[in-house]
Amino acid sequence: MRVLVCVKRVPQTGGRIVLTADGQEIDTKFLGFTISPHEECGIEEAVRIIEAGGGESTVLTLGASAAEEQLRDAMALGIDRAVLLETDGSEWDPVSTAAAIADTIRAQEAAGGTFDLVIFGNESADSGGFQVGIRVAVALGRPVVNGLKGLTVGSGSVTARREAPGGGWETYELPLPAIVGVKEGINLPRYPSVPGRLRAKKKEVERIPVGAAGSGPVGAAGSGPVGAAGSGPVGAAGSGPAASSGLPVGPIKALLRLPEESGSQVEILGRGAEAAPAVVDLLQKLGLVAR
Amino acid sequence: MSGPILVFVELGSGEAVGTPDRVSLETLAFARSLAEGLGGAPVEAVLFGADASVAGPGLGAHGAAAAHVVMDTAIVGAYAPAAWGAALAELAIARGAVAVIGPGTDRGAEVLAHGAARLGMPLAANVLAATPGASWSVTRQRWAGSLLEDGTLDAPVRCLTMAPHAVAVDERPGTSAAAVAPFAPTVSAADVVVRVMGHEPPSKGSISLTDAKVVVGGGRGVGSSAAFSELEELAGLLGAAIGVSRVVTSNGWRPHAQQVGQTGQRIAPDLYIACGISGAIQHIVGCKSAKRILAINTDAESPIMALADYAVIGDLHQIVPAISAEIRRRG
Repeated sequence: MRVLVCVKRVPQTGGRIVLTADGQEIDTKFLGFTISPHEECGIEEAVRIIEAGGGESTVLTLGASAAEEQLRDAMALGIDRAVLLETDGSEWDPVSTAAAIADTIRAQEAAGGTFDLVIFGNESADSGGFQVGIRVAVALGRPVVNGLKGLTVGSGSVTARREAPGGGWETYELPLPAIVGVKEGINLPRYPSVPGRLRAKKKEVERIPVGAAGSGPVGAAGSGPVGAAGSGPVGAAGSGPAASSGLPVGPIKALLRLPEESGSQVEILGRGAEAAPAVVDLLQKLGLVAR
Repeated sequence: MSGPILVFVELGSGEAVGTPDRVSLETLAFARSLAEGLGGAPVEAVLFGADASVAGPGLGAHGAAAAHVVMDTAIVGAYAPAAWGAALAELAIARGAVAVIGPGTDRGAEVLAHGAARLGMPLAANVLAATPGASWSVTRQRWAGSLLEDGTLDAPVRCLTMAPHAVAVDERPGTSAAAVAPFAPTVSAADVVVRVMGHEPPSKGSISLTDAKVVVGGGRGVGSSAAFSELEELAGLLGAAIGVSRVVTSNGWRPHAQQVGQTGQRIAPDLYIACGISGAIQHIVGCKSAKRILAINTDAESPIMALADYAVIGDLHQIVPAISAEIRRRG
């Protein structure tokens, strides 16, 4: 079985978001980066599927050169190979991202065979577009379902499970090849082992430039809306790879800002165990324990 | 006059079967205000399922002039995201829609993504506000609402999902009923391959995290799986549910179903008791709707304090058992 998992490098935000002076991105001077949480579980799912049934797993991302770090993290967890669609680091909108990934899948499959399963995260932690996996599936004409918290691989199909609106669970069955969007909680991702990290360090990352105008696999593959154009990312000029083929892209980010804070005033009830009577006074006042 | 604004209205299941979902009604309210900015473009609802013709007329009070109902059992016998999205796209073309909007729910996001992909249009997810123009200005959520993005959506058909609870439901009783119009889309066999094949009911008995009046939350400061017994004791005395931060589920101390945050549950209890939780934004977006927050933390400067109403500074392993003991003493 061949499994592809698509991930995104995102900043490791802690307790507070600080923006750059131009309001274009999160100031990451003092932040590390990580794989978007749902996709960490996508990696674990891919590794388990190959461990159980054999085959090859591939991780793919579209991002800056530095996103190699997340690809090596994925390989340290057991993913076999990595592909980086290397941009100049500017932000790509979901339409352009999906078109580039769909074209790359076509090119990779022409060279190495069909990916039986392509795994996305339900949505990226940062931009939260909720659509790239579905757009790729529509472009490739494959079945897709999002929001999964359970996945069982059968012969020629997968059974998928997700939370139903209003409670309980609903199940789906998808013939392979298929595309799925997973949510955190589908599994508990493992931590990388030291030998895993060492192996990942030595592995090759296949770099395919897509960041500069007129370059990239997208044009070379010659299929899909992006193929025709093969021009650079969206954002700066507001015209992306897909735009020049006549299809609108977007939404186009203009500015980021922090939501207004309610600015609550904290009342210190006390320190240590001696504060317990004050806490229970509060619970009684709120009617949460009997007086 | 411009073409209509189509609104995908999700109907509830289980106990709420056939009832429009609340976020869908909020989406209709948003569409109504948007319509005014478009010179009175009509708002038209799109509903799927056997109950659609029952729920349709009542949407008039929510601003819908018409309700397109899809009742073909091949499509609506079970939720089928690709088929529903394709039907929405087909209707958008047939009606010359200027916008297609859905609720920012699991299904709303999925159906709109399919619809937008079929139309070859961009999709702005979790929108808070939009201003029509040659190019629409939109404000949308990033990081589950910890950050906002002002941007533009420049397309002949504007596809959006509405962030839940960004606008209030706007019901005006006495408004004339929405005209129900059956719609039979052309859907290919491939579009119904993915559909709900089975249901499992929710497990009974336990206190639901999203419905609980009190939630006792535990974070990194709890320190171990075993130490959660202290929080469980307090939760038992208060009839509270247990909620946890992401580090707790990543460490395997508690099941993911108890996670509160961007990748877990959103809660809105009367009181949230946050024990050993620093307040990473990932967690805050899940608990900020609590009416009151009591933080128990060794660090008086931790980010949770900016959100908390009350705080006790110190070691939760001493404080939490002392609170339980005090409740018992008074009971």
